[in-house]
Amino acid sequence: MENKITLITGASRGIGQAIAIKLGQSGAVVIGTATTENGVSTINQYLEKSGIKGMGIALNVNDAEQINHALQTIREKFGEVEILVNNAGITRDNLLVRMKDEEWDDILETDLKSVFRLSRAVLRAMMKARYGRIINISSVVGAMGNLGQANYAAAKAGMFGFSKSLAREVGSRNITVNCVAPGFIDTDMTRALADEFQQSLIQHVPLGRLGRPEEVASAVAFLASSAAGYITGTTLHVNGGMYMD
Amino acid sequence: MENIEQRIKKIVAEQLGVNEAEVKNESSFVNDLGADSLDTVELVMALEEEFECEIPDEQAEKINTVQEAIDYVTANTSAS
Repeated sequence: MENKITLITGASRGIGQAIAIKLGQSGAVVIGTATTENGVSTINQYLEKSGIKGMGIALNVNDAEQINHALQTIREKFGEVEILVNNAGITRDNLLVRMKDEEWDDILETDLKSVFRLSRAVLRAMMKARYGRIINISSVVGAMGNLGQANYAAAKAGMFGFSKSLAREVGSRNITVNCVAPGFIDTDMTRALADEFQQSLIQHVPLGRLGRPEEVASAVAFLASSAAGYITGTTLHVNGGMYMD
Repeated sequence: MENIEQRIKKIVAEQLGVNEAEVKNESSFVNDLGADSLDTVELVMALEEEFECEIPDEQAEKINTVQEAIDYVTANTSAS
């Protein structure tokens, strides 16, 4: 991944941060996005601390204008994006019978439409370069469902079909498109769950523990590496055996 | 300086990996020159670059032959 220009959305914390550090340590130039200035400076701090070339950049993935602007900035400073990791995501859990339209729309917009928008935005340059890696961070929930998360599961499952279709479209241009589907990983998102719920979750994990963000990052690093050059349209499950494909 | 027609034929031959002699004005990219849909997108990208213009998608979809490309570039750029 030496000097490959890598864009990672939602990189200020959790899995996104772990991916940014892992890819950076493998030699990639890392541009991490966050929605707030605070998040941007967090990214800049950890990149600097780890001696990684790159920068944090403010981006609301729902805003097409901002996406163009961000890519323009990246182009001027570093060049065209060669590796895209669509990691940004949110949850708005509710039982379906109570789910509001906004709760559905917010998730589909932020977690799925952003993947479409960003992928489209980087694709022309990747086609021209005859090289590209798009890695979408899905979820075990997209594969097995979860109560209270019909919206999130729909968005995350949507990534699988999206990735397979795009993989077919651009395979001839040496662009690979894959998903990584984390199980329950120790991040702010899962720490928000009640203790007893966490314990009951772990009972369904053969490996008997939550995953670490770094363990998801390793899977992403593999798919981004030249070693994975013949892998496209697939999903790497990183879930401790909680769901087996 | 080559004219628009020559420049476009050269790009088409390069992009689609065909012999320049095969590229006639009436050649259809898909039916005669073996382009797939992604090739036609890239061809338009190459034309945009060569003639320093932006071809909107709805216009690009109407450019299916060499002559249509020549006509579009002639009408919409200052290259002539």
